[in-house]
Amino acid sequence: MYEFDWSSIPGALPFLWDGMKISLEITAQAIVIGIVWGTLLAMMRLSSVKPLSWFAAGYVNLFRAVPLVMVLLWFFLIVPKFIEHLFNFPPGADLRLSSAMMGFALFESAYYSEIIRAGIQSVPKGQISASYALGMTYGQAMRLVVLPQAFRNMIPLLLTQAIILFQDTSLVYVSALADFFGAAYKVGDRDGRLVEMLLFAGAVYFVICFSVSRLVKHFQNKYHPA
Amino acid sequence: MIKINNVSKHYGSFQVLTDCSTSVSKGEVIVVCGPSGSGKSTLIKCVNGLEQFQSGEIIVNGISVGDPKTNLSKLRAGVGMVFQNFELFPHMSITENLAIAQVKVLGRSKEEAMDKGLKLLDRVGLKAQAAKFPGQLSGGQQQRVAIARALAMDPSCMLFDEPTSALDPEMVNEVLDVMTELAQEGMTMMCVTHEMGFARRVAHRVIFMDQGRIVEDDAKEAFFANPRSERAQQFLAKILQH
Repeated sequence: MYEFDWSSIPGALPFLWDGMKISLEITAQAIVIGIVWGTLLAMMRLSSVKPLSWFAAGYVNLFRAVPLVMVLLWFFLIVPKFIEHLFNFPPGADLRLSSAMMGFALFESAYYSEIIRAGIQSVPKGQISASYALGMTYGQAMRLVVLPQAFRNMIPLLLTQAIILFQDTSLVYVSALADFFGAAYKVGDRDGRLVEMLLFAGAVYFVICFSVSRLVKHFQNKYHPA
Repeated sequence: MIKINNVSKHYGSFQVLTDCSTSVSKGEVIVVCGPSGSGKSTLIKCVNGLEQFQSGEIIVNGISVGDPKTNLSKLRAGVGMVFQNFELFPHMSITENLAIAQVKVLGRSKEEAMDKGLKLLDRVGLKAQAAKFPGQLSGGQQQRVAIARALAMDPSCMLFDEPTSALDPEMVNEVLDVMTELAQEGMTMMCVTHEMGFARRVAHRVIFMDQGRIVEDDAKEAFFANPRSERAQQFLAKILQH
């Protein structure tokens, strides 16, 4: 019978907390970039300018058709070399962390853009007509009328995606980043208590994600009572 | 003020408007009626360029709507439009609905826009609702706010696209009353509506459309007393039974 030994956890908490900060940082960055870039992609996709719409469709389809781990590895292994070469950075300049984070954000943008596209389409077309009839330009109609309503409709979906995203951050361990999962793994490995650490890490992920998803439900009921 | 010359429009092979010509002079009130699918809503949306047309021309205040060089936003800012489904902005309060385009399009100050908005709100009898959101108002109230919102831009003319069609019967009159008042004050109006009572009371001319064509374009008295086309006679016979 396996004997559980949890004693290495308390001492490792500061280290794990540092990892959690990285996980949260990556999540926050990916949410911000994902929403901004995703909004632009969604607007391109819906644009009547064909090349823009093709570009956005291609982008979204590409990123949604490859595994995240692969994208992270591309950005970890290939992109830094490429940038070094392009801008003549000295080899070994540490672009890997930011490059991996970038890859993560660009990947998530594809998913955000689809959510945002659906959100924009959920706003009745008459709202755009009414904005135009009042003399607004396309940009004003989008910014003042359509997007605020679209985002309001999307809040639950955006939050749900944020939860998925937070879980996905654990995949950055492939680039040796010490996020929460990576930190837990390292500690477990060092102390020979991998099983306990991974169970503990799983429990932490569960508690965070489950509470946030309850929060989403709460908001959903508040703003869209059935 | 509004000149429509030989306007035609098609979606693919489907002809929506065929050779429509008419004009609206300053202070005139025109009612456009006809069976559904006759193109009347499309025609009125062509006037401010919400719908494009393939041939013919529409001139509003001396500016050609179809000309690619025309600044459509600027033209639309001077033409009020009221929609069947009100189309108030649900995420803004009533005051914000009234002020937003004044501020963002006409460049008025916030105070000026609020002031003007409140005055117009008072005029349509809804001053007490200023702080509410569109979803908290009845359909009739929302439509009156929509009229006030259009008027806040100081339009030279107003387009109404079936403004009472989406309303419960008991709310139709409050909207028609506002429109009647507006007409009596000399506003130039083009109204797509089935409200024949309103047409009789207020309109100067009635346009009857069928299958994308303007079939009749007559002074109100002549139209109601003696419609020339058989199609209009049938239409009136049906609609006036109620």
